[in-house]
Amino acid sequence: MKKLLMASAMTAVAASSAFSAAQAEEVKIGVIMGFTGPLEALTAEMGPAAELAIKEVSDSGKFLDGMTVVPVRGDSTCIDAGAATAAAERLITSDGIKGIVGAACSGVTGAILSNVAVPNGIVMISPSATSPGLSTVEDEGLFFRTSPSDARQGVVMTQVLLDQGIEEVAVSYVNNDYGKGLADAFEAAYTEAGGKVTINTAHEDLKADYSAEVGALAAAGGQRLVVAGYVDGGGSGIVRAALDSGAFDTFHFPDGMVSSQLEKNFGSEIDGSTGQHPGTDSPGVATFNDLVGDAFDPTSAFAPESYDAAALILLAMQAAGSVESADYAGKVMDVANAPGEKIYPGELAKALELLKAGTEIDYVGASAVELIGPGESAGNYREIAFEDGKLVTKGYR
Amino acid sequence: MDLLNALVVLANFVLIPATSYGAQLALGALGVTLIYGILRFSNFAHGDTMAFGAMVTILFTWLFQGWGISFGPLPTALLALPFGIAGTALLLLGTDRAVYRFYREQKAAPVILVIVSMGVMFIMNGLVRFIIGPDDQQFADGERFIITAREFKTMTGLDEALSIRTSQGITIVTAVIVVAFLFWFLNRTRTGKSMRAYSDNEDLALLSGINPERVVTITWLIVAALATIAGTLYGLDKSFKPFTYFQLLLPIFASAIVGGLGSPVGAIAGGFLIAYSEVMVTYAFRKVLDYLLPWYEPEGLVQLLSTDYKFAVSFSILVIVLLFKPTGLFKGKSV
Repeated sequence: MKKLLMASAMTAVAASSAFSAAQAEEVKIGVIMGFTGPLEALTAEMGPAAELAIKEVSDSGKFLDGMTVVPVRGDSTCIDAGAATAAAERLITSDGIKGIVGAACSGVTGAILSNVAVPNGIVMISPSATSPGLSTVEDEGLFFRTSPSDARQGVVMTQVLLDQGIEEVAVSYVNNDYGKGLADAFEAAYTEAGGKVTINTAHEDLKADYSAEVGALAAAGGQRLVVAGYVDGGGSGIVRAALDSGAFDTFHFPDGMVSSQLEKNFGSEIDGSTGQHPGTDSPGVATFNDLVGDAFDPTSAFAPESYDAAALILLAMQAAGSVESADYAGKVMDVANAPGEKIYPGELAKALELLKAGTEIDYVGASAVELIGPGESAGNYREIAFEDGKLVTKGYR
Repeated sequence: MDLLNALVVLANFVLIPATSYGAQLALGALGVTLIYGILRFSNFAHGDTMAFGAMVTILFTWLFQGWGISFGPLPTALLALPFGIAGTALLLLGTDRAVYRFYREQKAAPVILVIVSMGVMFIMNGLVRFIIGPDDQQFADGERFIITAREFKTMTGLDEALSIRTSQGITIVTAVIVVAFLFWFLNRTRTGKSMRAYSDNEDLALLSGINPERVVTITWLIVAALATIAGTLYGLDKSFKPFTYFQLLLPIFASAIVGGLGSPVGAIAGGFLIAYSEVMVTYAFRKVLDYLLPWYEPEGLVQLLSTDYKFAVSFSILVIVLLFKPTGLFKGKSV
């Protein structure tokens, strides 16, 4: 028995030392997104985008004297804060990740940030959490996002609608941080600009039937229905019920709804509808599209932001010469903003070399990143419209 | 013209949805009330029986769709319905043999059977999720609309639109046929009469030579048919997701109790009462009032309760009825 104990203790020691030896050459980055749940159509493209940047850096061999970078996925479920916190906790304690790309939805992002990332001192860059509440959250300088706050989206949305002469809208939002934040930001901006919101009401996600909600929206009326929800959840249900009852013919879709899934669900039934989601026409987009090829859909909402979020973490590590969050958190803003040499997607190897030589860089990336205020993107939006059952780009703002 | 517009708005958002929802509730409540009247316990597994029935029907619908069989403008699910009923009947008879018969022979108190049915509910719930998964399933095909909003507007020239979905039409027609058949069966046939006799007085029924096991078997068969039809209609009209059937249990029980447990007429009346109250209390009446009373310009939406409180309405009605008229509107058995 004693021998057996000794033997197993020895193996354990050997195994752990082997483990730490492997760790010295390898750094793990957590990719925590709602791979299941109401945002799964978007995360199917966001996950691979983040992993593409990680692979690019790792394959270059120039990252911190030849260290390799490995992505580790965690499922934040988008709606279940408990599950998301547990997933993040597991990645930090058992996988030993050094930074987090994610989470995707605002509610769980806040939960992971305050329960896991801040207590453990891990840097977190979300590609798609857009709730205005996250701008003022206590983050000890660890939280950034490559997507803009919805306060900004509310202003852009107001311009898009008013430019088309739409001055009266009804708003239905999904009852969570994202929906409420966006709807309130929009109502404030729209009313200030002279528009009128006839009703601003919540819908619960994932219900079987939305005819009662649509009844209230129809009673309030409006030229267009703004659906601040999720395309795989209640948002599509609201649109379906509104079309079926003839309550609204055209809609306006903020980012959570803009997906090719809308074409599949509704086709030409929603012709004349409009929307916007973060996106840009900077040269980085074309480069990013070429870089991705057929691997996944690079035009899907938040795919470019995901690539940029992962790239920023790694470039900041290179700039700081360390993989520890405490060292590189302060470098994120430096590599993202001017001055310095502009870096586009696919040029991460060049950026690593420049940083090693001590030259400043200005990471532009796939989504024209410019971090402002408390570390969030200034925001570029793609305006879209539906014509003949197809989602087409109308311009950039 | 204004009066017509007001009527159309009301029909589009209140009358038609509430009527089809009421028909679905009534079919569900009929099943609950039959079990209560004849087997003498509240069957909490009824919502999940509906989910199971709808699931079997969906599986057969997919099979038929795969074979290229369709039902013209009507949903293929109607063709698959008999197979769904057969599958559900097998499950219910099996459950009765394996679980309920044991307690029946023990002459167990109704409250024990209620708890047993809860256990059965969780098992069926798990079974359905295990087989078809917890997600939304699409199985509706055929024409989606009897009349669309746009067609109605061009046809009548009114400002307001009325749309009737095929599923809503089918729900109402099917419910009428099923209810008529059930009442004919209970009141006119020998088997139906023996079931009512057994329900009224078990001992007297046994004395006059009625075979109790046969009555029980036939009850389960009827319940299987009712549950499968109600479940499939609800799935066609809204969408099939196992969890929503579990939530449906509350309004169904409210319907059965409000009407009077054990009373089939009561179940139907209760179903429509609950459906209309749920929809009307949470509907915003501003548009209707705008047409009817043009001089009255309300500030808000004239909505009594937000739609989030839909289930609270069934709860309140349930509590009020239990407090003031425990036997229900149609003199069923007291709970």
